[in-house]
Amino acid sequence: MRIGLFVPCYIDAFFPQVGIATLELLERFGHEVVYPRDQTCCGQPMANSGFNTDCAATEALFVRNFSGFDYVVGPSGSCVHHVRDNFDAIEQTADVKEVRSRTYELVEFLHDVLKVDAFPWARFPHRVGLHNSCGTLRRLKHATPSELHEPFFSKPMDLLSRVDGIEFVKPARPDECCGFGGTFSVFEEVVSTKMGYDKVGDHARAGAEYIVSADSSCLMHQQGCAERIGVPLKFIHIAEILNGASA
Amino acid sequence: MTNSAEQLPGRAMLHPEMVAAEDNQAMYRDGHRLDHAEGASKPLRSRPEPQPRGAKIHGNRPIDQAEAAARFIASPEHEKMHDERLWDLRQKRDREMHHIPEWEQLRSLASAIKEHTLTHLDEYLDQFEAHARANGIHVHWARDAAEHNRIVHGILSDHSAKSLIKSKSMLTEECGFRHYMASVGIEVIETDLGERIQQLDKEDPSHVVVPAVHKLRTDVAKVFADTIGTDPENSDVHYLAEAQREATRPLILAADAGMTGGNFVVAETGTFVVCTNEGNADLSANVPKLHIASIGIEKIIPRLEHLAVFVRLLSRSALGSPMTQYTSHFRGPRAGGEMHVVLVDNGRSERLGLEEFWTSLKCIRCGACMNTCPVYRRSGGLSYGATYSGPIGLIIDPTFNARKYSNLPFASSLNGSCTNVCPVKINIHEQIYAWRRELVKRHDVPLVKKAAMKAAGELLSRPAAYRAAIASADVALAHLPRFVIYNGLNAWGKHREVPHPPKQTFHSWYKANRGGTQ
Repeated sequence: MRIGLFVPCYIDAFFPQVGIATLELLERFGHEVVYPRDQTCCGQPMANSGFNTDCAATEALFVRNFSGFDYVVGPSGSCVHHVRDNFDAIEQTADVKEVRSRTYELVEFLHDVLKVDAFPWARFPHRVGLHNSCGTLRRLKHATPSELHEPFFSKPMDLLSRVDGIEFVKPARPDECCGFGGTFSVFEEVVSTKMGYDKVGDHARAGAEYIVSADSSCLMHQQGCAERIGVPLKFIHIAEILNGASA
Repeated sequence: MTNSAEQLPGRAMLHPEMVAAEDNQAMYRDGHRLDHAEGASKPLRSRPEPQPRGAKIHGNRPIDQAEAAARFIASPEHEKMHDERLWDLRQKRDREMHHIPEWEQLRSLASAIKEHTLTHLDEYLDQFEAHARANGIHVHWARDAAEHNRIVHGILSDHSAKSLIKSKSMLTEECGFRHYMASVGIEVIETDLGERIQQLDKEDPSHVVVPAVHKLRTDVAKVFADTIGTDPENSDVHYLAEAQREATRPLILAADAGMTGGNFVVAETGTFVVCTNEGNADLSANVPKLHIASIGIEKIIPRLEHLAVFVRLLSRSALGSPMTQYTSHFRGPRAGGEMHVVLVDNGRSERLGLEEFWTSLKCIRCGACMNTCPVYRRSGGLSYGATYSGPIGLIIDPTFNARKYSNLPFASSLNGSCTNVCPVKINIHEQIYAWRRELVKRHDVPLVKKAAMKAAGELLSRPAAYRAAIASADVALAHLPRFVIYNGLNAWGKHREVPHPPKQTFHSWYKANRGGTQ
């Protein structure tokens, strides 16, 4: 199949290794992966702040870039959530609807579409704390949130448990928001960073060496918080582990 | 929570607010917590941490929730206690939920009953009025807060009542009822312990269920020392609770009239139900001969059997207890007594007409969304500067005053936990998102933010300009977070480190490693 690789703006600029890992990982399964060069952003930062009309042109650009693929896959839950669930600043033509419905976050794409059951090249002999971003957990439904009385499942856990040597730790508040929240991180920077301190502290107390997540934005925030208060944690995107990163 | 404090006799009887935050170093003997002097296990603090106060109110100007939240966080003992106490309630709620296999069905049922009722509100209110009158209850209709206050004042005047004992009611907070009563010379005595603490401290409730949850017991000791003459050095919860009881009980016994709210109003029976954990509503309703109940029109449910759904959800969601200690049904006046119900609109009809926001009227005021909200837990309820705080406040408050509460919908990370715990399935986080759009549409957002978003929108829709702007990652750091540092301060880097710029962007890597064609 022909996959459009969606590399969100902050991953492009700050976490290129996550884009590379996503590209290589998808190619390992024998698919044609294309990176449309003119992509910038999905429009989420403006939309989340209420400025929906200001993201119309960005959304239109996204659709131009990603029309015609079998699937569009991006390693960022909140961006995919925006494209799939909110992306309504532009007219909902057949083309727009098509692109939106074909857009997948990496974990769900591997788990639900490709149904991957082995990562023989991957080995990660470390204690990790899994951070499900709120976008992946409560919008894209990667896992059962603790608030609901529903049978437990976790797609990222399913995938990661197929990686040799990995060990999970259990933080006390596994699905509490880390405080990133897009522009919330600056609009309410004191609350945001306090939530971040608490989050990294919780994982550290649980014995984690790494926090792994399907969202680099949460990790960027948590890393900034951990470095500021001196919590010796490392941060890694799930794509990197699944693609065989050693540390 | 294996602390022996759990087994303390009488602890279960205490109002949750009177139980201090867990102290792992506390010592116990014969089931009693030892005081510092007895236990000698930890140093006496020279001075307790002062209580952080809520948002600064400047008339109609937008409340700066972030500023008040920052002050709350700058009081670490308060913030930590508050976060842990409310998280504990959330965990207890989860435990109760897991005891009910049909929990999610109950939520759906509760939501459906409320949606049905709200879309037939006029019919059910008429039914209630007819049945209540037949039961001997006087029914009044109040369009807004002022009318509510006037009606109640009128009833009290008719009885020459000079003092009123009341149980906790968010509706009367909405109506500024205590201030109004003070202005007409009628003494109001709150009978809910937390609410009484707040009244004595001249503060609004910070939470819909546990109104003084933001206070440490040292704060309460100070309030009581200043108002009812307790020993300012003694913050023992038993001592404080008993002193308050001694001080208030005579006022209760001598009161001319009693007031309650109402958790549920039943149309088919013309009756209403009040749920409390202290029995104080029953004192308020039963000690004086005159009982006035102020109730929002959205509290109505069609049939008595529907109550079973809500009563199972309410206290489990609120405090993680199977049921409130008291669930009192009021069916009519006692012999020789009089009962009045004031049905209050105060903006509810208008809210019912808001396409994106009308389902917020399903709310049963359990506070579960506050307990789970990571922002609320770290901010304190008074930081919102509004009657309703936390997630439900973010979507209700702007309906009262869109300008004054225009910042509130931004006081959320949009994590969505509130929606998941809501027993009546209000899509709270989606309404928060929708309010942001609405406020931008109404121009109730700062201009600088507006300019930054417009600039971001323009840059991100023009690939060449965008690429030029972030040609190297170092430059990206200066440009990309435009929407991040729009307020002119480096809000990102104040309390956390900025990301480490990589050698090249993904874009440049792709160009270098995967050739020039696509």
